[in-house]
Amino acid sequence: MSDPVAVLAIPEASLHHEELGFWRTYLFSTEHKTIGKQYLSLGLFMTIVGGFLAYVMRWQLAYPDTEVPGWGFVGPEFYNVLVTMHGTIMVFFVAMPILLGAFGNFLIPLMIGARDMAFPRLNMLSFWTLFVGTLVLLASFFVPGGAASAGWTGYPPLSAKAIYTGVNWGLNLWILAHAIEFASFLMGGVNFLTTAITMRAPGMTFFRLPLVVWQLLTAATLFLLSVGPLIAGAVMLLMDRIAGTSFFLPEGGGEPLLWQHLFWFFGHPEVYVILLPAVGFVCEVLPVFCRKPLFGYRWIIYSTITAGILSFVVWAHHMFLSGMDPRLAMPFSITTILISVPFAILVFAMIATLWGGSIRFTTPMLFALGFVSMFIVGGLTGIFNGSAPADIYITDTYFVVGHFHYTLFSAVVFGGFAGIYFWFPKMFGRMMNETLGKVHFWLTLIFFNATFFPMHILGLGGMMRRIANPMQYQFLQPLQPINVFITFSAILLLVAQIPFAVNFVWGLVAGTPAERNPWEANTLEWAAPSPPPHLNWGEAIPTVHRGPYEYSSPEGPEDWLPQDRLVVARSS
Amino acid sequence: METTAATRAGTDILPGKVGVWWFLASEVMLFGGLIGSFIVSRLGSSGWSGEAAHLSVPVAAINTLVLLTSSMTMVMAFGAVEKGDPRGLRTYLFLTVLLGLTFLGIKAYEYSSEVAAGFTPVTGLFWSFYYTMTGLHALHVLAGIITNLALFVMARRGLRNQHRVELAGLYWHFVDIVWIFLFPLLYLT
Amino acid sequence: MMSWLPENVSTYGGDIDSIIRLIYYITSAWFFLTLGVFLLFLILYRRREGRRATYIRGDRLAEAAWILIPALIVLVLDLWIDFRGADAWAKVKGRVPPGDLRVQVTAKQFNWEILYPGPDGKFGTADDLQLENEMHVPVNKVVRVTLKSKDVIHSFFLPNLRLKQDAVPGREIEGWFQATKPGRYEMPCAELCGFGHSGMNGWLHVHPADEYQKWVKEHWPTS
Repeated sequence: MSDPVAVLAIPEASLHHEELGFWRTYLFSTEHKTIGKQYLSLGLFMTIVGGFLAYVMRWQLAYPDTEVPGWGFVGPEFYNVLVTMHGTIMVFFVAMPILLGAFGNFLIPLMIGARDMAFPRLNMLSFWTLFVGTLVLLASFFVPGGAASAGWTGYPPLSAKAIYTGVNWGLNLWILAHAIEFASFLMGGVNFLTTAITMRAPGMTFFRLPLVVWQLLTAATLFLLSVGPLIAGAVMLLMDRIAGTSFFLPEGGGEPLLWQHLFWFFGHPEVYVILLPAVGFVCEVLPVFCRKPLFGYRWIIYSTITAGILSFVVWAHHMFLSGMDPRLAMPFSITTILISVPFAILVFAMIATLWGGSIRFTTPMLFALGFVSMFIVGGLTGIFNGSAPADIYITDTYFVVGHFHYTLFSAVVFGGFAGIYFWFPKMFGRMMNETLGKVHFWLTLIFFNATFFPMHILGLGGMMRRIANPMQYQFLQPLQPINVFITFSAILLLVAQIPFAVNFVWGLVAGTPAERNPWEANTLEWAAPSPPPHLNWGEAIPTVHRGPYEYSSPEGPEDWLPQDRLVVARSS
Repeated sequence: METTAATRAGTDILPGKVGVWWFLASEVMLFGGLIGSFIVSRLGSSGWSGEAAHLSVPVAAINTLVLLTSSMTMVMAFGAVEKGDPRGLRTYLFLTVLLGLTFLGIKAYEYSSEVAAGFTPVTGLFWSFYYTMTGLHALHVLAGIITNLALFVMARRGLRNQHRVELAGLYWHFVDIVWIFLFPLLYLT
Repeated sequence: MMSWLPENVSTYGGDIDSIIRLIYYITSAWFFLTLGVFLLFLILYRRREGRRATYIRGDRLAEAAWILIPALIVLVLDLWIDFRGADAWAKVKGRVPPGDLRVQVTAKQFNWEILYPGPDGKFGTADDLQLENEMHVPVNKVVRVTLKSKDVIHSFFLPNLRLKQDAVPGREIEGWFQATKPGRYEMPCAELCGFGHSGMNGWLHVHPADEYQKWVKEHWPTS
C-alpha cells in the first residue's frame, strides 16, 4: 500500500534515474542544493552592483560634485537614484537571496533529513521569479528618466507622482520588481515552512531541530504574514501612478501616512527576516567551535518567536515625527524597548556558550564572533532610535544609517560569511583557505568599524541622510573630514572583499577536497557526503536520536555526538 | 519506498495542504491590509455612504449568491473525489467554473454601468478603493477559475490528482470569504 | 561623543540632550561590560590541548538565570530610559503652548515659505508677510510654528534647537520652540523630497528683543 504522501516525499524525478541534460542540471534544476547555489550566485552578483553604488555614493559625499573615478559626474538627481537603488538592492536582492534563499534552500532539507523541498518545482519557480525581478530592477536603470529615486522606503507623494521626482518608468519598474520579488519569496517561504513541517526525518522533533532551521522558519513566517499589507500598498501606489487614483495624494482625499503605516508594518518584520537567519548561522557555528552545547536552546527558540511576534507591533517607531498623533509615540516606544529583551537573551546566550568552551578560532568562528560583537553595538545604538525624544534629534540623520548598517550589514556580512565559510565544504565539496579567510575577516572587521562607527558621530553632528552634498550646509562643513575618512574606509572595506573572492574561486576549482564532516559537527547535513548527492541520502534517510548540540557530552568519549549516531549503552 | 514513507516524522500531514494554508495566511494579510486601509480611510472621510448608494446592491447580492453556490459545487466536486466518481467530479468542477465566470460577467456588467454613469477609479477615494479591492478580488477569482479548469482537464484522465481538488477548494472558499467581507464593506458602507 | 552635538540654543534642547546623554552612558557601560566578558571568555576558554569543554546546556531555569537576569536588567534600564524620555517627549511634542509669536511654515520643493500673520495676528489677511527660507524670531519668546507642505513630505529641522518635524501635505502640524541665544542657525530639510533635497536649507535668525523690534518696524512700518 503506497499512500500518496510517500509519493510526495520523494520527488518524481528520482523514480527513474535518467541523466538530466545541462539545462536541467544547472539552470532549470529542481534540486534544492542547486537552487540554493543559484540564489547565492545571484546574491553575490547583486552585492557587486550594490557595493559599486555605495562606492559612487561615498565618493560623491567626500568630494561633492567631482568626477567619481570609474563612473563620472553624479549630481543630486542621480545621487537620489544611488540612495534608493543601493537600499533596495542590498535589502531585497542581496540580503534576502543570500541569507534566506541560498541558505534556506541548501540547509533546510539537509538539516531535517529530507531528500528535497516539499515542492521542488515551486522552488525552481521561486528562483526564476526572483531572477526576472532582478532583471526588471536592473532594467530600470536604462529606461528614460532613469531608475527610482524616492528612497528605498518610497514615501508618497514623492513616489506617487512622476512630476515630483522626474522619474516615471523607473519607479513603476521599481514597484514591479518588488512585487515580483515578494511573489518569489512568498513561494519560497511557503516551501520552507511546508518542508520543515512535513518532511522531517524520523526522530527529528521540533525541539531537535537545529536553531538555524527555527530562525529560518520564523523569518519565513514573518515575511508571509507581513508582506500582504505592503503588497496592498504597492498596488495602491501603482494605481496612483498609472491609473490616476489618489490613495496617497491629499489633493484627491488620500492620506500619505497610510503608506508609511503599510510600509513599516512590513518593514520592521523584514529587518528580522534578514537578521534571524544570520543569528541562526551564528547559533550553528558557535557550538561547533566551542565544542559545547549552545547555551539555552529552548530559551533561544522562545526569544526568537517572541521577537517575531513583537516585531508586528513596533512599526510606528519609524514614524515618531511623521505627523501621526504624538500620543502614539510612547506606546510604540515601549513595545520597541520590550523587543530588546529577547534579543538581549539571544546575545547573552551566545556569550554564555563561550563560557567553559574549548574555542577554535577558525574563519567561520571568527565571523560568527564578529557578528556577536557588532550586533551588540547595533542593538545598543538602536536604543537611541527607539527612545522617542532622542529620536527627535537623531532620526533622518547618519546616526540611523550607522545603526542599521551595524545590524543589517553585520548580519549579511558577518553572519553571511560565517555561513559561507562554514558550509562551503558541504556545498562544493572543497575547503576554503584558512589564511586568506582570516585576512579577509580582520580587514573586514577593521574597515567595517572604520566605515560605520564614524557615521554615529556625523549623526550626532546633525548630518541628514540622503543629502548629496554636505558642503551646502555651514554646520556640516567642519564634519567633512569625517566624510572623507568614511569614504576611504568604505573603499578599503570593498577592497577587503578581494581575498574572499580569490578564496571562493580558488576553493571552487582547487581547494582541498572536503571530508564528509570536516568540522566534526553534529547536525544532519554533515552526515551526508560532501557535496551531498542528488536526493542527499543514499538508500535510507538518517534517523535522529538527539538534539543538535551534544558536544563534549558525557555520553561518549569524543567531544561530539552526531544527531543520527546510535549510542549503545556502554557495558563498562 | 514504503519504508521511507513509514519512517517520516510528519507523514500524516499532506504537504500541499500545509502549503496552501500558509499561502492563504499571507493572502489574508494582503486583503487585511487593503480592508484595513479602507476602514481607516472610511473613518476619516464623510459622505462615502452617498457614493456607495450609486452601487447596485441587488446585482451584487445576486453575485454573492452565485459565488456562494460555486463554493457549494466545489464541495460537491471534492465529495465526488471521495466517492471515487470521476463523472461527478467533472460535472461539479465544470459547474464551479461556470459559476465563477458568471460572477466575473456580472462584475463586468457592474463595472461598465458604473463607468457609464461616470464613476471611474479616479472619481474619488471611495471609487479608487472600490475598483482596487473588487479588481484584486476578481483577479483572484480568475486565478481560481484557471486552476479549476486545469483540474477539469486533468479529471478527464481519471482521479489521479484527487488531493489537488481539495487544495483548489480551500483556495476557492477563501476567495469566496473575501467577497463576503467586501460586499457589506463596499456596498452597504 | 556628546561634544559632537551642535550647540543647544533652545529651552527644551537640554532635555533631549540629557536623554541622549543618559542613553549614551547606559549603552556605553553595557558595551564595555558585555564586550569585556566576551573577550575575557575568548581568552580564558581558547582551545588548550587536553582540556575538554564543559557540558552545559543552559536549559534548566537555574542555568538560564545567567542570561535571563541580565536580560531583566536590560528591561529595567530600558524602561527607565523610556519613562525619563516620556517627559521630554511630552514637553516637545505633547502639548503645544499658544506662543508669543505665530509663524506658518509651508514646505515646497525646495524651499521653506515662512509666513508671518502681521500685527493683527491673523493669517490670510493683507498685512501677512511671506519670506523665503528666512525666519526671524525674538530670543526667549515661545514661537509657535504651523507646518504645512504644498507637494511632498519634507522635514523641518533646526539642529541647534533640537527640533525636527515632518511636514505632510494635507495636514497642519503644530510645533514650537523657544530660542535662548541670539544668532543665525541653519534650517535644513531632513526628509528626502526630490532632486533639490540636498541644499534645501533656510536660516533662522534669533534676534535680541530690541533688534527684533527694529526688524518688525522695517516690515510693518505702520504698526
